[in-house]
Amino acid sequence: MTLPNPADLIRQMALDLRARLQARGIEAPRFIGIRTGGVWVTQALLEELGITTAFGTLDVSFYRDDFSQNGLHPQVRPSDLPFEIEGQHLVLVDDVLMSGRTIRAALNELFDYGRPASVTLVSLVDLNAAELPIRPDIAGVTLSLSPNERVKLIGPSPLSLEQQVVEPASSLQESPR
Amino acid sequence: MIPTDAKRPLQLNDQGQLRHFLSLDGLPRSLLTEILDTADSFLEVGARAVKKVPLLRGKTVCNVFFENSTRTRTTFELAAQRLSADVITLNVSTSSTSKGETLFDTLRNLEAMAADMFVVRHADSGAAHYIAEHVSPDVAVINGGDGRHAHPTQGMLDMLTIRRHKGGFENLSVAIVGDILHSRVARSNMIALKTLGCPDIRVIGPKTLLPVGVEQYGVKVYTDLTEGLKDVDVVIMLRLQRERMQGGLLPSEGEFYRLFGLTTQRLALARPDAIVMHPGPINRGVEIESAVADGAQSVILNQVTYGIAVRMAVLSMAMSGQAAQRQIEQENVQ
Repeated sequence: MTLPNPADLIRQMALDLRARLQARGIEAPRFIGIRTGGVWVTQALLEELGITTAFGTLDVSFYRDDFSQNGLHPQVRPSDLPFEIEGQHLVLVDDVLMSGRTIRAALNELFDYGRPASVTLVSLVDLNAAELPIRPDIAGVTLSLSPNERVKLIGPSPLSLEQQVVEPASSLQESPR
Repeated sequence: MIPTDAKRPLQLNDQGQLRHFLSLDGLPRSLLTEILDTADSFLEVGARAVKKVPLLRGKTVCNVFFENSTRTRTTFELAAQRLSADVITLNVSTSSTSKGETLFDTLRNLEAMAADMFVVRHADSGAAHYIAEHVSPDVAVINGGDGRHAHPTQGMLDMLTIRRHKGGFENLSVAIVGDILHSRVARSNMIALKTLGCPDIRVIGPKTLLPVGVEQYGVKVYTDLTEGLKDVDVVIMLRLQRERMQGGLLPSEGEFYRLFGLTTQRLALARPDAIVMHPGPINRGVEIESAVADGAQSVILNQVTYGIAVRMAVLSMAMSGQAAQRQIEQENVQ
């Protein structure tokens, strides 16, 4: 499978996002990128939109639901939201949306800062795994992968998408020693 | 005699991650740096309107204090609460042990309450190690200070203070002043500074309050404060531990202050941008002048704030290391 070029996707996403925000009457929304890939996509998207105001970065490590299984992410960094969340229209940006668990964690974290007026979800790639009822409002591309395939965003400059094959999570049960 | 950590691997899991936090002795620089980096992120959480993250939701942290403490106990409580854990604190010195229950039985009872983590403070060196060896394997043990041996979270909060105010450790001169002999803080700080690459560590105190063989920590020893403070970037004052002081190690507190108290004049010997630290509680007019403790160079209250973030980092990393160890062991069984 050939993966599309992120720059092309982001150009279209900028158009779609502008149209959506206009249709909903949202002016000057606050942008927030989820570390790390989402931050890169946010940067490219803002450049495309010609917006120069500061955007926020979110590290959801402290809000993940897999702490008991996977523990703490070793390279957790502070979240940085250089504006109020309360009453604001937010655009939340991630690179690859699969299970929706990262977005669930991000929303929980955002609500600890305040009560936003709305959140528009933007994702470069939508893998449509639908483990949770979380769908992007704007997606660059929707892909259907087999269960052991993943897509990773490589960056920050230039951005490219890379296909990866992972060991199935249940391999231990499938091949008892 | 200086306690050693022959059983050091006890506090690491099979992947070298923290599962207990007993002493800084033998921990690699990468791990200390990871603690500091994680603490930096928790410091940001502490500045929010909602100072809480859901990381340890459903876990139970049990503070077991066999020795009195206010700062350490409350900051551990706050740290656990900000991680959304349930917290209970037992001042054992005032409860069952006075009714004759042994340490071991007390712990068994706490385990039966399904605690996931013990934070232990004890007047005997090695108590935290002993407890870590004897609790059920999936319980994490954090040392909140044991006798004269170690106070690793204080050591790490001091390192976070230095890193945040001085940027790093590579070119620093750090002086630790006062009652080195009785101080677990001094021991943890000497080890941490050495591990993090501080090139000039000085310990300053009267001969009677310097442990025999302290040079083995890689420190320079001074018995004259004016000589030792020259051009240092960081001054760590220690509390004169009156409760541990028996047998005429000092002529008097007044004499100690005259020779080793940190006054404005003496602080002027250090670099102009030197910071002054103290683990608290401070004895004004015994080891530190009020004007210095409350002065512009003092970061004593910042240390308290950083202490919460460091304790959040250590609690979550140890809980994380325990979970990882359980996974490793389950996979080995399969």
